[in-house]
Parts: sequence; C-alpha cells; structure tokens
Amino acid sequence: MPRKRVSPWGEAWRRFRKHRLAVASAVVLSVIILAVLLGPLVWRVPIDEIDFSVRLEGPSWAHPLGTDDLGQDLLARMLYGGRISLAVGFAAMLVAVLLGTLVGSVAGIASGRVDAFLMWLTDLFLSLPELPLLLLVIYLFRDTLRSLVGAELGVFILIVSVIGGFRWMPVARLVRAQFFSLREKEFVEAARALGASTPRLVVRHILPNALGPVIVAATIDIAAAIIAESTLSFLGLGFPPDIPTWGRLLFDAKDNLDFAPHWALFPGLAIFLTVLTINFVGDGLRDALDPRRVV
Amino acid sequence: MNEQELWRLMRRVRDGKMSRRAFARRMAAFGITAPMATQLLTFAGVSPASAQSVPAYRPTRRGGGGHLKILYWQAATLLNPHFAVGTTNQDASRVFHEPLAGWAADGTLVPILAAEVPSIENKGVAEDGRSVTWKLKRNVKWHDGEQFSADDVLFNYEYAKNPQIAGTTSGSYRDVNVVKVDDFTVRVEFDKPTPFWADAFVGAVGLMIPKHLYKDYAGANAREAPANLRPVGTGAYRFVSFAPGDLLRGEAFADYHTENRPYFDTMEIKGGGDAVSAARAVLQTGDYDYAWNLQVEDQTLQRLEAAGRGRVNIVEGGSIEFIQLNATDPNREVDGERSHISTQHPAFRDPAVRQAMALLVDRQSIQNFIYGRTGPATPNFLNAPPRFRSPNMTMEFSVERANQLLDQAGWARGGDGIRAKDGVRLKFLYQTSINAPRQRTQQIIQQAARRAGIEIELKSVVASVFFSSDVGNPDTYGKFYADMQMYTTTMPQADPQRFMNQYVSWEVSQKANSWQGRNIVRWRNDEYDRAYRAAEGELDPVKRAALFIRMNDLIVGSNHVIPIVQRPLVSASLNNLRPVLSGWDTTMWLLRDWYRET
Repeated sequence: MPRKRVSPWGEAWRRFRKHRLAVASAVVLSVIILAVLLGPLVWRVPIDEIDFSVRLEGPSWAHPLGTDDLGQDLLARMLYGGRISLAVGFAAMLVAVLLGTLVGSVAGIASGRVDAFLMWLTDLFLSLPELPLLLLVIYLFRDTLRSLVGAELGVFILIVSVIGGFRWMPVARLVRAQFFSLREKEFVEAARALGASTPRLVVRHILPNALGPVIVAATIDIAAAIIAESTLSFLGLGFPPDIPTWGRLLFDAKDNLDFAPHWALFPGLAIFLTVLTINFVGDGLRDALDPRRVV
Repeated sequence: MNEQELWRLMRRVRDGKMSRRAFARRMAAFGITAPMATQLLTFAGVSPASAQSVPAYRPTRRGGGGHLKILYWQAATLLNPHFAVGTTNQDASRVFHEPLAGWAADGTLVPILAAEVPSIENKGVAEDGRSVTWKLKRNVKWHDGEQFSADDVLFNYEYAKNPQIAGTTSGSYRDVNVVKVDDFTVRVEFDKPTPFWADAFVGAVGLMIPKHLYKDYAGANAREAPANLRPVGTGAYRFVSFAPGDLLRGEAFADYHTENRPYFDTMEIKGGGDAVSAARAVLQTGDYDYAWNLQVEDQTLQRLEAAGRGRVNIVEGGSIEFIQLNATDPNREVDGERSHISTQHPAFRDPAVRQAMALLVDRQSIQNFIYGRTGPATPNFLNAPPRFRSPNMTMEFSVERANQLLDQAGWARGGDGIRAKDGVRLKFLYQTSINAPRQRTQQIIQQAARRAGIEIELKSVVASVFFSSDVGNPDTYGKFYADMQMYTTTMPQADPQRFMNQYVSWEVSQKANSWQGRNIVRWRNDEYDRAYRAAEGELDPVKRAALFIRMNDLIVGSNHVIPIVQRPLVSASLNNLRPVLSGWDTTMWLLRDWYRET
C-alpha cells in the first residue's frame, strides 16, 4: 500500500495537533496577538482621555474592562500596552535566539580553544545578576538613547537588548550540544566527504537539524521577557509612566486592589494568559519537533 | 489711637492680660469691626478665639487612665535627642525629654520647662533683638529625683555645639552664646538682631538631657553613655524598657511638674509594619490607640474610617507639593554642568509660557480626585502659619486662557499640534519621584498641556535616588536636569525664614556647592533678595509678615513655582482618644496632655 508522503513540517504539525493544550493555547495566543494588533483600529477610545466622572468604574458597555482612577478606559490602555509588552517579548526573544545560535554554533563547530573560551563566556554571563545590571544599564544609557531616538523607543531598545543579551546562554548551550552530536552523524560525514565547506555544513546540514530545541527555548524566552518588562514597569523603571504597559498598569493598580480589583485583574490576567499559553505552545513544539519522541 | 498704642493693646491680649472681647470692644469704639480686630490680633501672634493654642485638658487627677498604645510603622532606634535622626527618633526621645517650649498647632509657643514664653513685655526678648532670656520652672525634677536647673540648660548648649559629639542639633547652637544668669534663668545671645529667636532650646532641637548623667560622656565617648538607651528626662512618662527598632515602654512619672498629668498609667510605642496596616490597626480593628504619619490615599482612609472606631487627624503644617519651571536651560552644558546659572530656559524665559503652564494645572481636580483631605489645593507657596498666608494669589484652571495667552505671545501650532516659536518647541521633560499620586498628577497636567499645544514627556525616578544628594547622579532633584519637576518641600519651623530661603540668589543649587543649594529652580530676583535680607533683621512682626507675603507673591507671581496642594500631617486615633497634635513640632510634643474620654 503506498503511503502518503509527509514533509517534516507536516509531520510536526500532525504531532503538534495531538497536544490539545498546545493547540488551545495557540488559539488563545493568536486571539491576544490579533486583538492587540487590530484592537486599537476597532476600539478607538483614546488611552489617556481623563474623565473624573467615571473614575474607578467596573466593567460596563462604555468601558468593557472598567476605568482607572483618572477615568481612563482600561480596554484601550490594555490593547496599547499589549503591543509594547508583546513587542518587547518577541524582540528580546529574537535577540536571544540570534546571539545564542551564533555563539552555540561557533563553539560547537570550532571546538578546542574557541569552544572553551565561548563556554567560559557563557558561564560568566550566566552568573551575572540580571535585574541589577538592567538597572545599571538603564541608568547609564537612558539619557543618551533618549536624545537619539526618543524616550519610548530608547527604553524599548534598552530593555530588549538587555533582556535579550541575558537570555542567550541556554540557547547557546543547547545549540552547542546539538552540534556536538550532529557533526559526528553519517549525513554530515557524507556531506563532508562530498567536499562541502564548513560554513555550508553548518548552514545547510547541521543548523536546520539543531533548531527544534531552539524554537522551544525561544518560546520560553518570550514569556521571560514579558515578565522582565512587567517587573521593571512594576518597579517604576522601564517605560515613561504615561505608557500603559501591562506591568505599569499592575503597578498603578496595586494600591486600589481591594476596591477596584478589575483594574489589576485584567492586566494581570493578560500577562498570565500570554505567558501560560506561550509556555504550552513551547511544550507542544517540543513534542512536535523531537523526532525521537513517539506521539 | 496711634500705632504704638494699638500694638500695646494687642500684646496685652496675646499675653492674656486682656480678653479678646474687651479688645474687640475697644476697637469698635474706633470704628474697627470685630473680624478686622481679630485679623489684627493674628498679626500680633494671637490666635483667633475659636482656636486655642492647646485644647483644654479635662482629667482632674494624675494617672488612672490605663495603658496607651501607639503605633509607628518606622521604629525608633535610639533615645538621645541630640543624636536623633529623623522624626521617629525625635518622637521617641520626646516621650522622656522636654524642651523649654514647644510649638502649638497654630504656630505659637507653649512653655514646657520654661515658666513663661519670653516676650518684649516680660523683658524676655531684648528690644534690640540681640538676646532672649528664659526663666525656668522651679519645681522640675528629673526622673531620678535630681533637681532641674539652669546648669542643665547650659550643659545641653555645650553638649549640642561640641563638634566632638557631632550631634544633629548642633546647627541650632553653633552661632549663639548661652549664659547662666542665675540658677533658674538663662540668656541666649545673638551676634545680630534676630527676630526668630525661638530655635535653641525649643521644639525638637531643644530637648534637655540631665547634666549629672551625661557629664562624663560629653566628648568623643558621647555615644557610649548608658543613658542613651536608658533615658532619664523630665517628661510625664518615665522609662521602663526599650528594644531598638521594636518596642518602647514608659510609665507615669509621679513627680511630674505639671499637675494632673499624665492621664495614662503606662504607655508603649510599637514599631514596624507599613502605613496601611498601621491605619488598619487603629481604624478598623482598634488594636492601637494612635497611628503616626499615614501616607495612605484618602480613599483608603475613608473606607477604614467607615468602621466607626476611629478617626483621621489632619494637622496643617507648611509642607507643600509644587511644580518648578526651570529658569535655566537643562539641555545645554556649560563647564560640565547642565542647568547652569548663566543660561536661560529657551521657553520658560517667556512669562506667557509660564503663566500658561500655571493655568494648565487643575489643582481642584488634583485635590478632589487624588489627594482628598490629605491635600487641599492652594495658590500660595507659603501657607502657614495663617498670618503669613498671602491673600493676593489666585488659582485658575483654564485651557482656553492658556491657548489665548500662547497665541498672543506668538507661539503657533505646528503640523503636529505642538506650538513653536523661533525654533523653540514647547516640549518639556517633567520629572518627579515614584509615588502613585505624583504619577497621576503628572498625567492630569500632561493631558491639559496637550490640549494647549504643549507636549510633556513624563519621567519618574525612584525616591531614594531623586531625593539623594549623590553628586554623581544626574537624576537628583537638586541637579534638576529637566524642564519641570514636582515634589514636596517641608517647612521645619513655624517661622518662614528657613523656608523662604529657597529662592534667594545666593542659595542657587550648582556644581560649586555640590548641588546642595536650596534654590533649586534657580530663579533670581533682586527684589526678593532685598525683601529676604530685610526680613532677617526686621523685629516688627507685622512688617516681617508683610515681607514674607511679598516674597511669596514674587515667586508665585513669576510662575516659576506653581503650588499644587498643601500636605498636612495625617494620623489616626481611636474615637475616645484626645491627642494633642501640632504641625510645627513632633507628634509627642505634648504627650502629657493626651487623655481618653470616658
């Protein structure tokens, strides 16, 4: 009986679909991302319209997520803040993955002294405390960047580069370990015997096979970056106080927790859902991309 | 009736030799109405009849009041008043130690260890303002039974000014000379005429420690004195036990020098926790009688008060939350220093822009929706005591008028809606410390400014950095590397002299003084300087008050300073407790008069 031909990606998709939670999470995450991207086009209430007559109101038709203590619409602020929180998450993830893959592949293919040095560097970075360093970097470079690209973008670049710059180490280790095992495999031997150069070996043969774990690690990095940005905003650092990122919304809401719970509940829920769904999607991807695993 | 006679009458009222009613009658005979007469009295330092300096004390015998429990969410760590850093330590040492006189809520002096408050009439204050003579009570005993005398006062002067001891009170004693006249009289002498003479031996810096216990520790070994942690004072309560950072206990002193006091048999001050839980412990659960310094949003306090157990005490002081518009340019560097005094702010040098900014601050909403009872809106920088409050300033919120003003001054809106003129855009950086009400205020002002074509960029700095004196940090309020900033400044005394030096030209905050100068907005004005110099030596209280009012009008009128709300002291007490509080002295200033109504 002729079997239907299945591409590797098709096979991955088949395996991913079997992880029910991952599929549900992917749906929820897509809804959040779509809402954040398209929401402001539909929900056209300004994020900073102060109206004292409706302050601290619970959810209603006029304000589906209620209002804060200045009567500003929380739905509009959540949608706007979500863009920033998610953008920070994805951008920081990209930085971490690119850096990690670069360091990991160089170490993995070069081995010897270069490998020892790069792993030593990785260990060094792993031992640096993230939050104090972030504070230091913000303190040192904020004003310079602010004058160059403006306050909002300046802080964005800082946070993304610092969070990204401190998350590449696990990725680098993963990639290096994959390289060590893959470069001894028969298909790599064969390619080398056919005269493939080292860059071609890496880019065409080893790297694509090493990417599975990287994608999984990347999803977790997104979640970590969103939480790091929330932490910074919660500490009152990070973005200027008038930019309602999810962490900032939580920070503003904390003093009114007992009589305006909706104010803290929705941004908290958004952070929770995003991070949770990303983690589940990562879990599903691990199942889908690991060929040794039988699903 | 000439001026001198009027003054004589007013002084008689102030000293209690003539009733207010009699004074009002005499004035009516000269065609002066009763409210006008009362107003005149306030100028002479006499409070209106409705507000006595100190509320009446009802208990008719000493003791019998049971246990008094006070809660401080920041705990005291030492009990020697000359080493007290911060109000918590000042308060804790005030339980046992007393000054010669304290400041009442209306900014008048109340004698404590002094037999009377010195004045020109009782020959206490010299006519030329160069000395003040204190007569001491004769029946004052230390807690160990020794007699309190002028020797103790003299010892405290020498102790406080001794550089080896490095006490926190030294500033009040360094520039004065104190001599003993007899066993119960001391004289404080000044180099030059000093209208504000009530600093040494008064209030928080004037607490007396006993000579007989400290005389062997009046040098480099001062910190080793056993009495530092087991204080012996003259107060209504004497020491029982002290756990630094936690619990302080006292009991009624049977030989206290004022009759029928104290009311409580024992008392304790418990430290720790945070402001909200402290408010809860008094207002909601009633576990404590009194909770100090509640920096809690008014909404929260109101909901806790609704439980009906206790109430919130709001005591007016001179603290004020205000905005500064930088007089210098924060974006240009001169000699490695931004906001250099030789520069001018490109936008704020135009009075129309400053006036527009003042019109865009919606003080009434900020009071109503953010600070509530804990922040009454005000048009004045100098608000208290009432005799120094200017009647000339007004506050107005009007986006239309701000727009009009800017249009007239030639600031035209650009394509992005932001006004500009000669290449200067109205785009300002507005910084403050991280504190929820401040960030809300920033947003309210930002929104109003946007409607007037002014873009405001907000910045918030952690309080420990913003208020630090770290020379290496660009984010401190003293450096003011921003166009606008907002914070609360406190008024340490019931006299505005040390408060109003914030705008004299020789106090400009700059690199040369490591940004420790008090004039942070860097505004300079010759008339202000002259008025301040005049007030320093002006002995006539009415003329002196007029000078301070003029100074207030000059700085507020320039709109370089925009007052927002006053920040009174907020505390909580059980309904039946009668605490005596004052915004001009520490919380425990008259603990001897606290009692419980039954």
